[in-house]
Amino acid sequence: MTPVAGILARISAIFIKELVQMRRDRLTFGMMFAIPVMQLVLFGFAINNDPKDLPAAVHVEEQTPIVRTLLRALETSGYYKLVLETPDPRESSRLLASGDVAFVISIPAGFTERLIRGDRPQLLIEADASDPAAASNAIARADAIFNRALRHDLKGSLAYLAAAPSPFELVIHPRYNPEAITQYNIVPGLLGVILTMTLVMITSMAMTREAERGTIENLLAMPAKPIEVMIGKITPYVGVGAVQTTVVLIAAHYIFDVPFAGPLWLLLLGVTIFVLANLALGFTFSTIAKSQMQAMQLTFFFFLPSLLLSGFMFPFRGMPGWAQMIGEALPLTHFLRIVRGVMLKGAGFSDVQHEMLALVIFTALAVGLAMLRYKRTLD
Amino acid sequence: MTELAAPELAIPDLAINVRGLVKRFGDKTAVDGVDIQMPRGEVWGFLGPNGSGKTTTIRMICGLLQASEGEGECLGYDIARDTDQIKLSTGYMTQKFSFWSDLTIRENIEFVARLYQMPERRKKVDETLEKLDLTHRQHQLAGALSGGWKQRMALAAVTMHEPQLLLLDEPTAGVDPQARRDFWDEIHQFAAQGMTVLVSTHYMDEAERCDRIVYLANGKLLTRGRVSDIIAASGLFTFRGEGDGVRRLAEDLRNENGVDQAAYFGAALHISGTDRALLQSAIDKERHKNVHWKEVPPNLEDAFIALMTRAGADDRHHA
Repeated sequence: MTPVAGILARISAIFIKELVQMRRDRLTFGMMFAIPVMQLVLFGFAINNDPKDLPAAVHVEEQTPIVRTLLRALETSGYYKLVLETPDPRESSRLLASGDVAFVISIPAGFTERLIRGDRPQLLIEADASDPAAASNAIARADAIFNRALRHDLKGSLAYLAAAPSPFELVIHPRYNPEAITQYNIVPGLLGVILTMTLVMITSMAMTREAERGTIENLLAMPAKPIEVMIGKITPYVGVGAVQTTVVLIAAHYIFDVPFAGPLWLLLLGVTIFVLANLALGFTFSTIAKSQMQAMQLTFFFFLPSLLLSGFMFPFRGMPGWAQMIGEALPLTHFLRIVRGVMLKGAGFSDVQHEMLALVIFTALAVGLAMLRYKRTLD
Repeated sequence: MTELAAPELAIPDLAINVRGLVKRFGDKTAVDGVDIQMPRGEVWGFLGPNGSGKTTTIRMICGLLQASEGEGECLGYDIARDTDQIKLSTGYMTQKFSFWSDLTIRENIEFVARLYQMPERRKKVDETLEKLDLTHRQHQLAGALSGGWKQRMALAAVTMHEPQLLLLDEPTAGVDPQARRDFWDEIHQFAAQGMTVLVSTHYMDEAERCDRIVYLANGKLLTRGRVSDIIAASGLFTFRGEGDGVRRLAEDLRNENGVDQAAYFGAALHISGTDRALLQSAIDKERHKNVHWKEVPPNLEDAFIALMTRAGADDRHHA
């Protein structure tokens, strides 16, 4: 046998062995196809840096043909979706604080009259700038949208107004993060991302490590019930989560100067539920995965949509409906609303109670699934 | 938990009482209709080739596997329903070392003591380490222990809660002869304290130290009873050949009429069969080969090989 033939023979022996082992590990095999497909779908269809159809509330104190024209122009521009029209400014402000709308457009009484007089009345757009990227395109285009719309109406006797630079003064009021500092949005969100990644990954090894090392047989032979094993195994990582939270919050305050508008206890309550949700999910993964390698893959498979569809990296409102639905099922989405709401907007309990409830439901489902999947025997 | 009282009242004199246990994995039947009635206080040996279903049977008895068919009680508790109680009152030592190799010896022992909620835990752990002669090494990682010490630590850990029944799955596999002997002395000490012990093994000398043995092959119970009874029931005659030419004889003799088996024991060759005259004539043919023959009582291994041959082909599956 020539040396080359020997090399080829040994390479092919190892090649064939790898192929056989690859085929045995179904989950890994599946992940190799599922992850590229998921990335294609998420990056290709779900993510949109030019978010359209952003929900907006209109606080309007008069109804005239010109006001109708302006509002219709906003809707047809594709950037704004008017979900509420109200004469009550408190109602529209509440929606902005809770995050249900991204903008509030205010048209005061007497707007039309002053416009016709040539007084250049003010038109106010308040934007939720806690996520600066989400709102910027819609804001940047607002002036042009209004002017183009008015050009059709300002004809005949009103043609003199069209000649002026702009018959009204558009006032943009970026709320919650007036300087549009990206860190204000990213750093609190990063807390959620860090907790998701580390805690799900660590606990996803919890049972698979016992299974891989063979210690599961001993553990099962001794008197410990599944829920006792689960609680005992995830509790240490609540401490890990607490340390991580402390570090991120200290950095947010002293290094990034992120404001902290809301009550600390509310944030800590949210963090606690969120940490438990992630730990429960990780433990569930560990009852599904057959090896630590598979546990890592499951974690990655969960982490990727969490990062992309939660509103952390890309504006949540900019995603198509199906992507928002997936996003609603992810704990990070709800946690981001809590942490940004409390830190940047000064949200109170009533503003974030639905997000808290979503996290509690997620945790309960994960625990339930883990208990169903937990094997009490070696079968 | 209300039905707890019932088994307490009628104290069963059988530690293990299982009937028609069957375990299937997919389309493979690992255990096929095994009955065991084992009285309390005895030491039983569980024998059989690899893949004969010993481990699977033990796991079904202590609630680690669910039987596909059959029923039974372990210490009076139903093996299908009362696995929690069974776990509390049995000690199961796994075939492969399954304590935590990244915990120290002491941490492992403490973990077990905590799980069983032992009173005076610290004292109990100290005593256990002392008895094991591991006090000076208690802070070493369990993974650093040699095979024999690992087995001793495991035995100490599974007996700390003073179980009524001890299930040991090949506890002496890969352990040196001296450690094996020490290990067996400990087993007999536990038995003397009233523990019931079921121990699986491949070693015939260990089997002979048991009150009774159960022999499993291909998932079926082949025989059970006292060592002497099993040998007698085999109806075997055995000749032992020694000498320079003996090394090449086994193949020839195996094909002779009346020779059921020919197997080497050290340097000697044992041939066995149920017809003494036929054995004798087979030997006579090989007289010229410079081998000295003499009749010996058959030993347990001879009896088992005969049993296996009669039970059918040796279609064992190696795990």
